[in-house]
Amino acid sequence: MAEITTLREAIAALVRDGDLVAMEGFTHLIPFAAGHEVIRQQRKNLTLVRMTPDVIYDQLIGAGCAKKLIFSWGGNPGVGSLHRLRDAVEHDWPTPLEIQEHGHGDLSNAYVAGAANLPFAVLRAYAGSDLPKHNDKIKFIQCPFTGETLAAVPSIQPDVTIIHAQKADRKGNVLLWGILGVQKEAVLAAKKAIVTVEEIVDDLNAWPNACVLPRWIISAVCWVPGGAAPSYAHGYYERDNRFYLAWDAIAKDRATFQSWIKTHVIDTADFEEYRRVLQESTSQGVR
Amino acid sequence: MTTAPAYSTNEIMTIAAARLLKNGAVCFVGIGLPSTAANLARLTHAPDIVLIYESGPIGAKPAVLPLSIGDGSLAETADTVVSTPEIFRYWLQGGRVDVGFLGAAQIDRFANINTTVIGDYRKPATRLPGAGGAPEIASCAGEVVLVLKQSARAFVKKLDFVTSVGHLDGGDARQRLRLPGEGPVAVVTDLCLMRPDPVTKELTVTQLHPDINRDQVAKATGWEIRFAPQISETPAPTSIELETLRDLERRTKLAHGNLTGAGAGST
Repeated sequence: MAEITTLREAIAALVRDGDLVAMEGFTHLIPFAAGHEVIRQQRKNLTLVRMTPDVIYDQLIGAGCAKKLIFSWGGNPGVGSLHRLRDAVEHDWPTPLEIQEHGHGDLSNAYVAGAANLPFAVLRAYAGSDLPKHNDKIKFIQCPFTGETLAAVPSIQPDVTIIHAQKADRKGNVLLWGILGVQKEAVLAAKKAIVTVEEIVDDLNAWPNACVLPRWIISAVCWVPGGAAPSYAHGYYERDNRFYLAWDAIAKDRATFQSWIKTHVIDTADFEEYRRVLQESTSQGVR
Repeated sequence: MTTAPAYSTNEIMTIAAARLLKNGAVCFVGIGLPSTAANLARLTHAPDIVLIYESGPIGAKPAVLPLSIGDGSLAETADTVVSTPEIFRYWLQGGRVDVGFLGAAQIDRFANINTTVIGDYRKPATRLPGAGGAPEIASCAGEVVLVLKQSARAFVKKLDFVTSVGHLDGGDARQRLRLPGEGPVAVVTDLCLMRPDPVTKELTVTQLHPDINRDQVAKATGWEIRFAPQISETPAPTSIELETLRDLERRTKLAHGNLTGAGAGST
């Protein structure tokens, strides 16, 4: 049953070293504030799963929180490379990073299977591709009815899934809309779920068929306005494209990255202070 | 002396790619060049084209080009927005996509593509973003159109990694593997248009862009490229095509700031 709590308390209570953690949000509603809190609390040896690692996992990987990454597209959308991810894969910095690589269709199916509490997902893919040669989690099976060869991948059932949403009510029911990605499936697949939200309201006023996650499938709801920035929250704020571009230069160099993450994340108390410090460094043109 | 062309090689590539999309087609679009060309088609000869982006929008009609595959403008202008699993399960694998429109970092003579890694997988020289939705699109879309700039570094004899299949080792390889879609039917570059040979499935130049000769194409290809017996010239861009493309790019620049990411493509 959802407890309405601070983000610091939620991460402290629910995310453990060595956990399989999913922070989902397909370009939209990426839970950056929660990612920062995981870095601040110095979680280690996490296996991170996410379809598009994005800048949020670039930060976690560069900060040394991850031992393994499960993903399907690892770029900086609209910009180019994720330099911290590449440095970890290409040069083992700051620690070696094991990677388990899939396609989007495959990984989204694996979350669906996880939510359905099935052991694996089945899909029509990978015939002729080299991906199965480098990922022993991709297997081929025969359809018992037609004999067709199909790909199978194990379901994903995270220890903790973290997402950001637009609204929660005071009981902890959550409403999200716009591009939904795999957030609902990732929450339903997980043992525990943390949701940060833009607003806590008396009544969600949800329309029929709206994407509502009832409070009894969520462990903690945290009020973190702006918590998806620099990604966006439909109806609240737009994507900070300039930050995504600026990240390219920050992340390219190890020392620049370390100094940025120390000043903006490790040395700040919470997301509110992060935003204040970010605004200062942006106005001085040094972010 | 030839006069300077009134358009760039990038522009003719985008326009030639856009022309391949038929009005009314259901098109699964990767970000970057494919998205530019698909939206150009929608704004010119194909107003009823249905654009599907893997983040969930179906029938997106963005006023400016999306920077990322999940931009808010895609959701706001779509006929409907569904979840990502639904896009891949019901719409793509379900057989409702006519054309998959993709880019790539490397391509071989049978239009197999690499978006994963240059060099060894475990000790890569260059780690690329990875598969995205490309393997499933390449398998399941009714047909595939590829668009990328031509160079000997990109058009290689042997891929470092086969991320998504084209015609594998040629001939009837796709049928033998029972892949549902027809696979790549065209590759559009800044120099020419190639189509797979009807029998061998090897990429064959069928059309040269204006002022481009065979030698330039051969030099920009890492294998001995074949030319069709009859080669036509790509019609020069019309003023409507050029103005629409430039207007779209101008609006995009205004909306996003001067963000022109190299290698920005997601699939």
